[in-house]
Amino acid sequence: MSLSIQQGEFFSLLGPSGCGKTTLLRIIAGLDLPDEGKLKIGGVDARNLPAHRRPVNTVFQSYALFPHMTVAENIAFGLRMKKVVPLQIVERVDRIMRLVEVSDLAGRKPAQLSGGQKQRVALARAVVNEPNVLLLDEPLGALDLKLRRQLQGELHQLQRRLGITFVYVTHDQEEALVMSDRIAVMNAGKIEQLDSGEELYEHPRTRFVAQFLGACNLLAGVVEHIDGTELMVKTTVGQLHADLTRATRKPALSENVTVAIRPEKVRLAPADAIITGNQVRGVIEDVVFSGAETHYRVRAGDHQLNAIALNSCPGHQGLRVGQEVRCHMDPCALILLEDHS
Amino acid sequence: MKPSRRDTESHYGAHLTRNGHQLRSAITSGPAVLWLSVFLLIPLLAVGAISFFSRGAYGEIELPLTLECYKRLLGFGLLGFDPLYPVILLRSLALGAGTALLCVLAALPLAFFIARLRLRCRTLALTLVVIPFWTNLLIRTYAWQILFAPESWITRAFHYLGVINAGEPLYPGVLAVAIGMVCDFLPFMVLPLYASVEKIDWSLAEAAMDLGANRIQVFRHALLPQIAPGLLAGIVLVFLPATGQFVIPDLLGGAKTVMLGNAIQQQFGQSRDWPFGSAIAFVALGLVMLGLTLYARRGAKEGPSLL
Repeated sequence: MSLSIQQGEFFSLLGPSGCGKTTLLRIIAGLDLPDEGKLKIGGVDARNLPAHRRPVNTVFQSYALFPHMTVAENIAFGLRMKKVVPLQIVERVDRIMRLVEVSDLAGRKPAQLSGGQKQRVALARAVVNEPNVLLLDEPLGALDLKLRRQLQGELHQLQRRLGITFVYVTHDQEEALVMSDRIAVMNAGKIEQLDSGEELYEHPRTRFVAQFLGACNLLAGVVEHIDGTELMVKTTVGQLHADLTRATRKPALSENVTVAIRPEKVRLAPADAIITGNQVRGVIEDVVFSGAETHYRVRAGDHQLNAIALNSCPGHQGLRVGQEVRCHMDPCALILLEDHS
Repeated sequence: MKPSRRDTESHYGAHLTRNGHQLRSAITSGPAVLWLSVFLLIPLLAVGAISFFSRGAYGEIELPLTLECYKRLLGFGLLGFDPLYPVILLRSLALGAGTALLCVLAALPLAFFIARLRLRCRTLALTLVVIPFWTNLLIRTYAWQILFAPESWITRAFHYLGVINAGEPLYPGVLAVAIGMVCDFLPFMVLPLYASVEKIDWSLAEAAMDLGANRIQVFRHALLPQIAPGLLAGIVLVFLPATGQFVIPDLLGGAKTVMLGNAIQQQFGQSRDWPFGSAIAFVALGLVMLGLTLYARRGAKEGPSLL
């Protein structure tokens, strides 16, 4: 794989566990050595630089705070190793402790901190060294949901404020979407797609990305007709038109392809409604009300289609389990994927 | 933290009355207390008491009570100041400290090496470390004498490497004593150290490296604090008995120097001066207790103690 991360960027490596994202991070940090390949940090070849000489710092998943040192000593460690003048160390540690709001905890040992506090200290310990690149290995993984949300926001702001390049490893797609400028979706040691969060969500290129980032309905079929940017695919649930304006490739006639559509873009209407364009007939199998939206599961032939409708939008409120419906799909919402199972 | 009396009662004897509880404690702990009293505490007190008596003309213990023995031990004998016993004491402490230091140097890499082996190899390696321990000390030490004989291959290897001058024997000598002592006490250092090394959280080493620490600094700041309890326990376990050790220095050092151990033995044996022997034993015991107290105090400050 080849990957270039811009200066000052909030970059995320997103993928399921075991996909190699942490290994990639450890290679950048110098904690693991690559078998082959090149690594440059700030234009300088870092491949053979030992970990302690690289201009990067890491926030570890387990925090790895030194248990025998106080919070302030932990944060000062990197500066002490760099032989910064003691007076300056005190000043910089104070400043960073105020920034991440742990000043009150300066004299405590890590064992006396809560998970969220440890996380802040780990962050401060890395950031105080003003690295070129800050590596974060699922730093919020061990925290509860509410705290995660809060710290996501804080991390995002901190990165903007410091202007340090963040490389953030996570398996949580929402976390990546919320914070990142760009995201590399990884699978089995390869980068599947590298784009902004919005681009990844709206225009996933592969089955993996489509399904890992949010939910997605996948429909397999055969290309029946191509006319400029208009594509007609014959699927097991019927003929579907797709718009090729944003597609990354042009398929050949009678090629096997997969098209994808997000559940919230599948619109449901009663069977007797008059609609034009792509439509699939089916029977509602399940209705789940979840506050702001309602989730539907529709059986269409041997396919299951998931649909999500906002409850503030009219038109679907009367639909019940067992009822026959038409699923309407806008051609622009149908995405032609690059791979086919 | 010791559980308070209340806690233990609610756990073990809620149905017992206070007297019943006390009776049960007495029955269960009585034999051990009795044993220790008769065979340890009372003899120890007797030794302490004897050290304040005087030696009679034929080695009997007689009045008056005096501090003479302790004065002699400090070097103030009948013939003015003579540093003989302070020197013996210092020599023994030096032997203990030296052995402890060498054991630390030998055990550190060994403990790390064993901890990184595969599980099955680890058990085997630990067994190998302990095996010499199952052999009688005297047999082992006599075996060293043979191995260190002037024409043995070990002696020749040392000559070849230039560690000792050609023609010089390895035994008797300081080097032979050092080797014998380290081999004798190594298991006491390796085992507690290994227990600590095995539990090391290596992510702390990575964190230190990541924060700019070089290899030595990583060891000093990330690993040493983690193995400190094991290291301290090992030092205590080696230093204290090594200080009293005299068989090895005698057999491998050529029996030219007197150690604390054989000084005591001499007083109770040939010299028939029980009060003075008791005084030496008591001072040695005092020093040991002092060392243990310091260790326990440090342990209480740093975390749970191993003692």
